[in-house]
Amino acid sequence: MNQHVTTETGDPVAIEPAASQDVVRLVDLRRRFGATAALDGVSLTVKKGEILGIIGRSGAGKSTLIRCLNGLERPDSGEVFIEGHEISRLGERELQPLRRRIGMVFQHFNLLSAKTVEDNVALPLKIEGRPRAERMARAAELLQLVGLSEKAKAYPASLSGGQKQRVGIARALAARPALLLSDEATSALDPETTRSILALLKDINSRLGLTILLITHEMEVIRSIADRVAVIDAGRIVEEGAVWQVFADPKSEITRSLLGGIRPQLPPEIASRLAAGEGAETILRIDVAGEAAHRPLLSELTASVPGAFRLVHGGIDHVQQQPVGTLFVAIPGADAAHLAAVIAFLKDRGARVEVLGHVAGSV
Amino acid sequence: MSPVLFELLLRSIWETVLMTGASGLISLVFGLPLGLALVATDRGGIAESLWVNCGLGAIINGFRSVPFIILLVALIPVTRLIVGTSIGTWAAIVPLSIAATPYYARIAEVSLREVDHGLIEAARAMGGNRWTIIREVLVPEALPGIVAGFTVTLVTLVGASAMAGAIGAGGLGDLAIRYGYQRFETSVMVAVVIVLIVLVCGIQWIGDRLVARLDRRG
Repeated sequence: MNQHVTTETGDPVAIEPAASQDVVRLVDLRRRFGATAALDGVSLTVKKGEILGIIGRSGAGKSTLIRCLNGLERPDSGEVFIEGHEISRLGERELQPLRRRIGMVFQHFNLLSAKTVEDNVALPLKIEGRPRAERMARAAELLQLVGLSEKAKAYPASLSGGQKQRVGIARALAARPALLLSDEATSALDPETTRSILALLKDINSRLGLTILLITHEMEVIRSIADRVAVIDAGRIVEEGAVWQVFADPKSEITRSLLGGIRPQLPPEIASRLAAGEGAETILRIDVAGEAAHRPLLSELTASVPGAFRLVHGGIDHVQQQPVGTLFVAIPGADAAHLAAVIAFLKDRGARVEVLGHVAGSV
Repeated sequence: MSPVLFELLLRSIWETVLMTGASGLISLVFGLPLGLALVATDRGGIAESLWVNCGLGAIINGFRSVPFIILLVALIPVTRLIVGTSIGTWAAIVPLSIAATPYYARIAEVSLREVDHGLIEAARAMGGNRWTIIREVLVPEALPGIVAGFTVTLVTLVGASAMAGAIGAGGLGDLAIRYGYQRFETSVMVAVVIVLIVLVCGIQWIGDRLVARLDRRG
């Protein structure tokens, strides 16, 4: 397969053979609905065995994107490679065997109310035409995996939300897919159930080596299980990277706002008193991550640049086993040279420093 | 009531049951696929085809807008073609079926349309084809409504079969008109009304029980 295609920018893009390590590769995906562009040139790859989280506000194009991956939605232009095969121009009939390689978990579970739990789980195998004995054996195995063996003969209506999603996950795994798509799988669940479902997905990822692509609007979901994150806004990927790096140093406004509830913020009573000009105290925001967060940064600061400061607010968090911290510090006095020395020292040690403003009087 | 009349009553019950049952069965066999076709060919359906949808809709509306008593007479040539005669119980089954099929198709359509679109999407995401979606999703999920609608159709057919007396079909309605009304046999009239009430209640009761057993939606 050595053909070449040309993207809109005119660059020839070689199509790799099917043995590529990328389970998913999207090239300049575009899709419009009337006047709005749901996808406005999205390119992404998902590597074998990783969990990629796509986060965005509602209406950012997440759902359209995930539905392009199994052909439930067709892009206007661009390419969708699944295990090296371009699928975006395939007909419904050609897509059917391919979709069996892709499991999907839905926000509202989408379990068939007229079928028992085990029949729901076994449905993908029935579609594949497997004999009943094999289907039931596989269903039992998967229900064991998701911890619902005793509910095999129950109907979905008798299950809780978390149990329904476990059945949904078991069903998505039935045909041994190469890729699992999760469409807001925890958005309809309470926080505790969300944690258990995310733990289950993480467990499946590490035990079976299953590649997972999930979309969500909750940063907490990304933080709990994703290896990499892509932030989508208005149909474009605005930021992409390892989760801890994006948490430590969000580049775009959207990412910062999505991180809002999860990272330490300056307490509002202080934020409301911030002024741009002179004040009794200067408030700094110090972001540290990775290497910088392992050092005794603040004690080194007092040793090198003598002077008092107060810790106002902050905390160190661990994302993907990496420390990611944000500290809000108040430095008394209006000595510009001292302030400059403090900032220079901190930057030298790998921290990001931002002067938020000045506060008159004690905070 | 004289033994003769009683025997007549029994025969009429049988004729009504036969007409209702046979035309009900035929309307189920043709109406359900027609209802499926209406849902499948509609906008966003699994086999979207607006021309087919409009055409089917127009034909169904056409048949449904003709009053049954007129349909009964208008279809006499068709009846003669199919059954060989235009008179009698079997002859009445033809117009009854032709009237009940579009009626039931519409009722089945409503039930099928109510199936959550997410379920259809889930089946597509699993790699299911149209047939899978119909067999595993649409029909099983809509089954309680399909059965409840069939019950309504049967009860409607009991009433419609009374009119078929106009073409000599017999049945309880015919008996009530000729003996109960025209010959002032009040006992016949009362007996017919009681039998009809029992028949309708029985159909409804069986239908309701079946729906309750089939409905797993909790």
